[in-house]
Amino acid sequence: MSLLDRHVGFVDALRRAGLPVSLAEGLDAARALEVIDLTERDTLREAYAATLVKRPAHRPGFDTLFDLWYPPVTSGLHVSGAGRDEDGPDLATAEVPELRDRLAELLLNDAGATGDPAFGEFVRAMVERFGNQPAGAGRQNWFSYSVLRALSPGTLMARMLNEVLLGRDRGGMAETVARRRLADNIAGFEEAVASDVRRRIAEDSGVEKIARSVVRPPVDQIDFLRVTKADLARLRREVYPLARRLATRLTIKHRHGHRGRLDFRRTVRASLSTGGVPIVTHMRPRRPHKPELVVLCDASDSVAAFSHFTLLLTYALREQFTKVRAFAFVDTVDEITRFFAPGADVVEAITRMTREADITRFGRSDYGHSLERFAEKYGDAIGPKTSLLILGDARSNYQRPQLATLKRLAGEARHAYWLNPEPRAQWDTGDSVATSYGGVVPMHECRNVAQLAAFIEELA
Amino acid sequence: MTSWFTSPADAGERLAAVDYLADDGIATSVFLAAALGKPLLAEGPAGVGKTQLAKAVAEATGAELIRLQCYEGLDEARALYEWNYKKQLLRIQASGEQAWEETHDDIFSQEFLLERPLLKAIRRTEPTVLLIDETDKADVEVEGLLLEILSDYQVTIPELGTIAATRRPYVVLTSNATRELSEALKRRCLYLHLDYPSPERERDIVLAQVPGIEAALAEQLARTVATLRALELKKSPSIAETIDWAHTLLALGRTELDETTTADTLGVVLKHASDQARAVKELGLPAR
Repeated sequence: MSLLDRHVGFVDALRRAGLPVSLAEGLDAARALEVIDLTERDTLREAYAATLVKRPAHRPGFDTLFDLWYPPVTSGLHVSGAGRDEDGPDLATAEVPELRDRLAELLLNDAGATGDPAFGEFVRAMVERFGNQPAGAGRQNWFSYSVLRALSPGTLMARMLNEVLLGRDRGGMAETVARRRLADNIAGFEEAVASDVRRRIAEDSGVEKIARSVVRPPVDQIDFLRVTKADLARLRREVYPLARRLATRLTIKHRHGHRGRLDFRRTVRASLSTGGVPIVTHMRPRRPHKPELVVLCDASDSVAAFSHFTLLLTYALREQFTKVRAFAFVDTVDEITRFFAPGADVVEAITRMTREADITRFGRSDYGHSLERFAEKYGDAIGPKTSLLILGDARSNYQRPQLATLKRLAGEARHAYWLNPEPRAQWDTGDSVATSYGGVVPMHECRNVAQLAAFIEELA
Repeated sequence: MTSWFTSPADAGERLAAVDYLADDGIATSVFLAAALGKPLLAEGPAGVGKTQLAKAVAEATGAELIRLQCYEGLDEARALYEWNYKKQLLRIQASGEQAWEETHDDIFSQEFLLERPLLKAIRRTEPTVLLIDETDKADVEVEGLLLEILSDYQVTIPELGTIAATRRPYVVLTSNATRELSEALKRRCLYLHLDYPSPERERDIVLAQVPGIEAALAEQLARTVATLRALELKKSPSIAETIDWAHTLLALGRTELDETTTADTLGVVLKHASDQARAVKELGLPAR
């Protein structure tokens, strides 16, 4: 494959993975290839990144694809033992405990983070030795879990901690810091193994084939309902930046009124620069409309990630709303506003809410009963200035939906919206009563952060 | 325009010579921006050295730095050029008998043009680094204004015609990502995402910026800050705050960063009460 073909193929793979690479940007990248030293792989990677990747959320996907299209080594040309440490064990024949010793040594020296060639060599040798598993009749395939199972880097932690701390107190700050560092190094090792496994699969069955399945969606496109624990932490970290971004946009939207009352003082002041003739008029900014917000969210496990995230975001946006009151329910309802006090800790708020709030009777979500109880206990929370926001998948376990109650609540509120984290195609399947509720309160599909942000902008 | 840097490695070394430690990504982007003649857009959280990068490039190449600070309400008259209307008025009054045609030609000439940073950077004949700082703070219209300058390095003034750059300035734009910049702007730029550095790089930065600090303490600091950043905080500590912390420890004469010292000086790096409470809990610090 020529360099040009590879370049075009790579750009194409990026587009398939959802990166918006324009023609002009592809040309820029090609021009960059002319002026850099192509034998420097890191420079090549950064040159591509600088010209093609214009959003940080796209960078992980880019890195994965880059490793596939421009692999650091290829098995055919690979000379075994070229970068090996003199004093290290022979990686092809050594016993597992010896290899684990070597791994611990590499991890303790931050070999992965500092780009020590011995680290890459070790990873490749280990994948060569343990990663190859028979898959079906007469076929071989590569797996990273078999490598990790053989070496189990996670179990080296206790040993390495002892070595780092050298008899200092356990449980203090020193341990937390060291643990963090070693966990990062272990994650780096696991990622390096996975990357080498992908490279080998690509060599066996073609780059295009694997490229389609390996790239994970960027953080704002992650489906709320398929969120993993690691994703959830990443999402929560997005809350404040996202809130800040939204707030800026909302403030700009509020300020940009070219209609409204004349600001006499500013107009006269501005007219001085045109010899007293008021050419440019200035208007008073319109009074911002700040809705009172009542959030009613389903806290059952199936949609918990979605509800929590949305709650956090509305709270982070507190300046945009005069008043936010939040209620959670599974099959009965409780007010949870107190857990989200200003300055409260994000993670703490969620744990306290699940522990202390009285929202469960039998543990299966029941929208009808929850709505009844809400109308009964907290009906006065909704007034003519309130926007009512309901978060949930409208799956009520075949209980009565109590549409009349919802209709009354929605009628009392200024606006009512329903955000559903399920894809539209799944509404009304099984026990979902999405359309019935949707007939009373307009229901929006809200599957990822991007859709949520778009909705909030419309709301405020 | 290849005279700025000869290779990414050269860019890295020359930046290091002015105490800016660049990693591969930074060095390559800085080199490419000059080699391809494209503006460099540096985006990232506050306090990771975006503005500093532009200053370092200027210092390393001996170019003059022209800075345009963006803010809400920044307009053409502040960014690009303005007609000096007071002088024009005087000129009209002084002209007396002169025919209007002549006066008209007179008052829209170079003499009455007030240069603002963008026009100044375009017209300079010496090497120039143009820093457009905090682009995200400016209104969307300003981005439109920048497009002509960034893609063709020219400015069109209706009364004078198009002024093209005699010598292309090296343009650096910075943004805190409080809002998404437009696709059109991003497409014309090379993109550099500056994030918090790796602990190894941060240690080197502390060693370079804080003379007199011991290597072991710098290492400890960098590791601790990395741990703090991994917590879910409202505002992660920036590089600038790490350096402040290093200065603080030096001033207090501490040689080791233990629990008590950390608890006492946490306010240097964490500036939200809830963030501090969280750090105290997660790191097992003595409560105050």
